Amino acid sequence: MRRLKTFPKGGVHPPGNKHLTSGKAIINAAIPSISRIPLQQHIGSPAECLINPGENVKEGMLIGRSTGFISAQIHSSIPGVVKEVRDIYLANGFKSKGVVIEMEGEFDTLGKRQEKNNWEKLSAEELLNIIADRGIVGMGGATFPTHVKYKIPKHAKVEAFVVNGTECEPYLTADHRLMLEKTEEIMEGARIVDKILNPEKIYIAIEANKLDAIEVMQKAVSLLNKHAEVVPLEIKYPQGDEKQLLKAIINREVPSGGLPIDIGAVVSNVGTIFAIYEAVVMGKPLIERIVTVTGGAIKNPQNLKVRIGTPIGDLIEECGGFSEMPVKVVAGGPMMGFAIYELEAPVTKGTSGVIALTKKEVKSNNQTPCLNCGRCITVCPMGLNPTLLFKEIDHMDYDSAMEEGLMDCKECGCCAFMCPAHIPLVHGMKLGKYMAKKKKEKG
Amino acid sequence: MNREVDLLVTTSPQIHHPDSTAKIMWTVVICLVPAGIWGVFLFGGKALLVIISSIVSALVTEFIIAKLLKRFTVLDGSAFLTGLLVGYNMPPGVPLYIPAIASIFAIAVVKWTFGGLGANWMNPALAGRVFVFFSWTGSMTNWRVPRFLTTHVDGVTMASPLGFIKAGLYDFTGTSPGPIAFLKAGGYPLSALDQSVTNWINTSVLNPLGASLKGGYVDLFLGIVPGCIGEVSALLLLLGTVYLFIKKIITWEIPVSYLFVFGLLIWIFGGLRFNNGLFTGDVMFNFFTGGLILGVFYMATDMVTSPLTTKGKLIFGAGAGFMTFLIRVYGSFPEGVSLAIIFMNIFVPLINKYTKPVRFGVSPRGGGK
Ligand code: SF4
Ligand code: SF4
Repeated sequence: MRRLKTFPKGGVHPPGNKHLTSGKAIINAAIPSISRIPLQQHIGSPAECLINPGENVKEGMLIGRSTGFISAQIHSSIPGVVKEVRDIYLANGFKSKGVVIEMEGEFDTLGKRQEKNNWEKLSAEELLNIIADRGIVGMGGATFPTHVKYKIPKHAKVEAFVVNGTECEPYLTADHRLMLEKTEEIMEGARIVDKILNPEKIYIAIEANKLDAIEVMQKAVSLLNKHAEVVPLEIKYPQGDEKQLLKAIINREVPSGGLPIDIGAVVSNVGTIFAIYEAVVMGKPLIERIVTVTGGAIKNPQNLKVRIGTPIGDLIEECGGFSEMPVKVVAGGPMMGFAIYELEAPVTKGTSGVIALTKKEVKSNNQTPCLNCGRCITVCPMGLNPTLLFKEIDHMDYDSAMEEGLMDCKECGCCAFMCPAHIPLVHGMKLGKYMAKKKKEKG
Repeated sequence: MNREVDLLVTTSPQIHHPDSTAKIMWTVVICLVPAGIWGVFLFGGKALLVIISSIVSALVTEFIIAKLLKRFTVLDGSAFLTGLLVGYNMPPGVPLYIPAIASIFAIAVVKWTFGGLGANWMNPALAGRVFVFFSWTGSMTNWRVPRFLTTHVDGVTMASPLGFIKAGLYDFTGTSPGPIAFLKAGGYPLSALDQSVTNWINTSVLNPLGASLKGGYVDLFLGIVPGCIGEVSALLLLLGTVYLFIKKIITWEIPVSYLFVFGLLIWIFGGLRFNNGLFTGDVMFNFFTGGLILGVFYMATDMVTSPLTTKGKLIFGAGAGFMTFLIRVYGSFPEGVSLAIIFMNIFVPLINKYTKPVRFGVSPRGGGK
């Protein structure tokens, strides 16, 4: 086998623990009796609520309209009655206005055979509108509205479109299973994006810990009638980050403060591509997603297909509950995900995993002063000096931190993962960015 | 299922590498233990008392100061390691109050006046050693004859190899092939073990290859020489080093650049003092004497007092190698490892300032459009 591609600087090797669920086919989770659907599940402005308590909603009905340039539509994931419109606590600790729906009535699509839409005759513009209308956002966790990402500025040209099946976060296997089970659908989704973006080349990026997925995707890649190839990548976190991925595949660096399109590239997660397929071909809005429910404290780890708005606790119950008391329950991957404090938090469009971690897995330890070991610098894929940034932020010297590249930090967590002093470096970076922004607004 | 669980809420990442400060410190301690056992075996029970004295003083000092600051840091292993290193850097026969004072100085002055662990800019153990070296130079250069040497009698002292050469070269006008020959010519003793091991290596390995090893190196490598308690056995120190590398607790940059620059300079200029030409220096002799291995792998690599980046570490190591060469060959101290490292410690903030990591997406090297 030829040498696997990867990014040259930084990165870490946390234990993958994907074996817990990588062999488990996706199964449908029970439909929740109460679904709590936040109107802010994406980056950008929240959707505007279109319904009132007491109204009936259908499965897949639009309940939140996208507002502003960067925003996304929100649809009801179940049929039922709107009980309340109120603030809902999200897994990330923020609140969002949301709609509480109690299940009632008929399912329109569930279990029914659907006609396939013939999308080939639609224009790129029309396809984009469908994607916007169905509320598609980046499913890898970033939740950036997809129709905005695919609106390419006039002067730019898409040279490379990358289908991101890297799934570099430990534990998660949702994308892996999707590639195995929905291979052709993903290829068709990629063809839709191909029509919209018209890139010169299509790459399908998969980390080398998913050899079976590499194989099936390689076999199916001929379905793309374009120069397309599957790129196996070295197992290293954060291999799946857009910037690191593009460095590995096309050897270009997204300039500081820039976007992938600045170097002629667009990257989308396989989950997003599958959602695009469902939206365009099956006419389905984004009302469910694959969630890997796993971790040492889960009795029977699974990959579940889950309706948006389902309480995280329901999923854990569906997987047999806890086998031992977890110290943390994480929404998303363990490197960038959020530790939740109550199990009622709903699954949103960006919830790629629910991970109940045991004490042994977390490996938390006492914080000590910085040892100047430089490990954080060695592992930072962005070439930053996390220990220096942390000290500057600690001294409220945000200007210096900005000069040292604070805004380039993507909170990947490599630095804090490695730090032997257990300094909460990412926490510092988040705080620093927030404070720097606030300071700038004040003028 | 009970949904009222008591969950820990922290900012990402939610998992962590198994390393911690304490784990690193204690691992280094463990890697040092074999060399210490060897030192005690070689020089007798007095050596053990020296080590105990330095460790206990270090721990007590740390405990008291941390207590005054309402902190508890004794278990993080750092003070223990400092005490251990102080002990290892003592001659075996030194009066017990000297290691105690060195440790107290190391912890109280060098470490805590700057704010404790991580804040000191000089290696505490080395600073402690240098402090007592200049205060009690006589006791600090009083070397016991190790076991295995024919002249070994408990409590009797002799010169260290480097000291012997330094003194002998003072008014030396003839020529000598190198340090080992010089020692031999001066009647410096070798162990019987050295002769038999050297013979064995020659007949079974080197001679068939057309090479041969001169007597004397085996003593140096195994540590059958007078010297500080923990520094003499290059073999056992290197064994610990291998483990530190495997556990990624030390990285290659400082040892490699240190040994490379020092070795290169010794090779080029080291022969001059024996009135030989350039490129005749004895690199191996210089690697295994004067506590170089202990200094290079266990003290120059101290995280707190060495630079952060790869480039910075290379500069630091190279500078320490250069200074060690200068002091050892031209200075008035036979070794110079401690002073060289301390000297380079001073430059760490400066080195850090000028060796920033290369940022992603900023450098022209990135290949961006
Ligand atoms: S979280 Fe930020 S500073 Fe830390 S490694 Fe990632 S990019 Fe670098
Ligand atoms: S990894 Fe932690 S201890 Fe090491 S330099 Fe960075 S912040 Fe300091």
